[in-house]
Amino acid sequence: MFFKSRCVVALSVCAASLFSAQTLAEKPSAESVVQHYSDLAHAIYEDSLLTAQQLQVAIDEFLSKPSAEGLLSAKAAWKAARVPYQQSEVFRFGNPVVDDWEGQLNAWPLDEGLIDYVEQGSYQAELGNVGANANIIANTSLQLGANTLDTQKLTPELLASLNELGGSEANVATGYHAIEFLLWGQDLNGTAPGAGSRPFTDFIAGDACTGGACERRREYLRASSQLLIDDLQYMVKQWDKTVADNYRAELLAMSAKRGLSRMLFGMGSLSLGELAGERLKVALEANSPEDEHDCFSDNTHYSHFYNGLGIRNVYTGEYQRSDGRRLSGPGIMALLVTKDETLANNVLSSMNKSQASLQKLVDSAERKDSPEAFDQLIAEGNTRGAKLINASIQDLVAQTQQIELAAKSLGIDNLNPDNADHDF
Amino acid sequence: MHYFSKIGGACFGTTGMSICSILSGLVLSLCSNSVIAEELKPDRSRVSPKGVHSFSQPAANMPLMRRLDFSVGNSFFRNPWVAAPASTDARDGLGPLFNTNACQNCHIKDGRGHLPHGDSDNAVSLLLRLNVAGAKDIPMDAPNKADPIYGGQLQDFALPGLAAEGQISIRYEEKTIELADGSQRQLRKPIFSIRDLAYGPLHEHTTISARIAPAMVGLGLLEAIPKTRLRALADPEDRDQDGISGRINAVWDIKKQSLQAGRFGWKAGQPSLEQQNAGAFNGDMGIRSSLFPNENCTTRQKACADMAERGDLKKLEVSDNILEQITFYTRNLAVPKRRKPNDKEVVAGEAIFERLGCSGCHTPEHNTAEDYPLSWLAASRIAPYTDLLLHDMGPELADDSQEFIAQGNEWRTPPLWGLGMIREVNGVEALLHDGRARDAEEAILWHGGEGAQANARYRQLNKSEREQLLAFLYDL
Repeated sequence: MFFKSRCVVALSVCAASLFSAQTLAEKPSAESVVQHYSDLAHAIYEDSLLTAQQLQVAIDEFLSKPSAEGLLSAKAAWKAARVPYQQSEVFRFGNPVVDDWEGQLNAWPLDEGLIDYVEQGSYQAELGNVGANANIIANTSLQLGANTLDTQKLTPELLASLNELGGSEANVATGYHAIEFLLWGQDLNGTAPGAGSRPFTDFIAGDACTGGACERRREYLRASSQLLIDDLQYMVKQWDKTVADNYRAELLAMSAKRGLSRMLFGMGSLSLGELAGERLKVALEANSPEDEHDCFSDNTHYSHFYNGLGIRNVYTGEYQRSDGRRLSGPGIMALLVTKDETLANNVLSSMNKSQASLQKLVDSAERKDSPEAFDQLIAEGNTRGAKLINASIQDLVAQTQQIELAAKSLGIDNLNPDNADHDF
Repeated sequence: MHYFSKIGGACFGTTGMSICSILSGLVLSLCSNSVIAEELKPDRSRVSPKGVHSFSQPAANMPLMRRLDFSVGNSFFRNPWVAAPASTDARDGLGPLFNTNACQNCHIKDGRGHLPHGDSDNAVSLLLRLNVAGAKDIPMDAPNKADPIYGGQLQDFALPGLAAEGQISIRYEEKTIELADGSQRQLRKPIFSIRDLAYGPLHEHTTISARIAPAMVGLGLLEAIPKTRLRALADPEDRDQDGISGRINAVWDIKKQSLQAGRFGWKAGQPSLEQQNAGAFNGDMGIRSSLFPNENCTTRQKACADMAERGDLKKLEVSDNILEQITFYTRNLAVPKRRKPNDKEVVAGEAIFERLGCSGCHTPEHNTAEDYPLSWLAASRIAPYTDLLLHDMGPELADDSQEFIAQGNEWRTPPLWGLGMIREVNGVEALLHDGRARDAEEAILWHGGEGAQANARYRQLNKSEREQLLAFLYDL
């Protein structure tokens, strides 16, 4: 696939160039590092928005004349949109403006029965989840306890209001994974090869419609891709330097140490709790595709890889934009190098190592001869798969230890979200 | 003044310190603890409230490296368990009989359960305990005599091919309470019964006790309160004659093979979080662990046992490793910080809380043990507003259900921390063991027995005093 080879090359090149550049450049200030972090966030969200708009174009084209090819190109656009978005997740933890917002875009796992038809017995929904079999696409009203909810018109606002319906986190009506489910359908292969394979005819209005309620499925797909764009536009504005009273302004008005703390907490949280924990270890321990991040498309390997790259971006200050341009500026490394050069290099090595491990998950899924996707690697008894995933987990743990050391060296003793909200 | 001598913990509060020193000549033995208090750290585990996610955050001072365990525990707490055998190997083993398929379904958003909202809602987030009233010859390791057919708990779900034990029916008795100023309050009392009993009638003396799932926050800190502290607070004979006689439940600890102080559950029937969790896995989801190695089928439920035998009974359904991760998770869910502790109304309400005698059981503060295994939760001054003791709560709340030494009218004081965030997390409050109280005021008005005096004093308050007290409670 596209980014694979370029990334590997990019890593070694930029490791070398960074190093020489920084030893020569004058000492960056903590303020300039937090400022560049905001620029990075803005660029990454802008790319997320641009690729989401391309996804919307592909979806509109597909819906205007449904065909197998049209569905394929919408799927390709979805995968491309994941590249910047997954790199943006490092901004989620530590920055409340992102954390409070992101559920509507990237919540998972989801009870797909909330949205559309499902194969009976294909997965276990949460008991007591009022939305588990709601099938919004097939129903113009939902009975929830004593209340009846009108779902006649599938607007972005309505879909957003259905998230976490009845208090269940599995009720995810919007975002990348809802769109993913609409494009791919359920992956009924379990831990065997293959992703979801929804027929394009599910989107044909009229007699050729399969799966029922095609008109509403089309409406759902349109509304959810529109909501994604609305949400990303909001976040781009939050990091835009030409806007006066946004989150960027708030962040830059804080002490630089507080900003650094948010940056490092975000890196450590994504690295350890989210990626190594929720997305790798949980799936492996449960041996369950239900715990797989991009479970309909089997794009999980790239999701994980770009999560890891996002962490590295914040450290090095480097980001390769969707159009290939390179954004660079002082990252945490530039600051650390002036305090403890050995540590600065150790942190970078730990990140290169975890990137290499995550790359192996990509290689496994993308190789031509008998590829093994993430949902096959987690199968019970797949010792080779477990070894690959465990290597990624261990490298991410080691990387997080290095991030903690980096924080200490920068005067931040205890990385936690509440410290990130207060001065030390 | 006797409230202070009773609670002791006030010695450690910021306001309590000064009172403590004034009283030092009078109650020397209690206040000598204040020397230790100086070495304690404040509770740094509390987190900023985060809307609907306010009960789902790890302790703020949990080391970052432990987020891996927290996340894994979280996922096993949240995601549904499935029937064995399944591709989801580590999460299979649900049933044959069960109440629900994931912890989170009852502890909604790590918060509370609720009564069904009307007829079309389900009763997933509550359960019914069953036991034979007045039974003799109860073995030391059993909480009570379970119903001979249905066991200690009604399971209202079953795997395909097996009948669920029965379904929960609820009707409400309404009553009107008049406060001293003439204003009226409507209270509702749920009356539970079981319909569609699938395995024959209940034992003639079997009683039904409804239990709502409580919020999950601060549990590690409650576990860390030293046993010596509970002993110091207990006053079974009411020697200080304040009308409050807290008792420590004596419950069977499976690992220690001995009776230990009960801490968790509505009647303090479990000694540790690990055993509480393993017990819930077994009773609520039909999942076997090393602590509870048997399926929850009684000897009279042969179809259930037969179905269980089709699986691999040698293999535990929740491994020790995963149980440990879930226990880690439940120990670390943090209590949200108070929002406005210095607000004038809130401070006035706190004084009323003391004056009414609420703190006689809802003990404001404790010090956690220095040797608690999670160092960040150890040796801290915490404010849960509970004494973890059993109290007679009067006939209106009594349910004839026994749990070790806890009698039908006895309930463990529930902690009040986090009370003010319940509505935000769960939409409704559903307070007290069966969720009957729709808000804190209704909960107060239901207090009987040892709480009757506080209730009576509450009814005497004027409107603004009531509002102040509630402002305090909802700030917790």
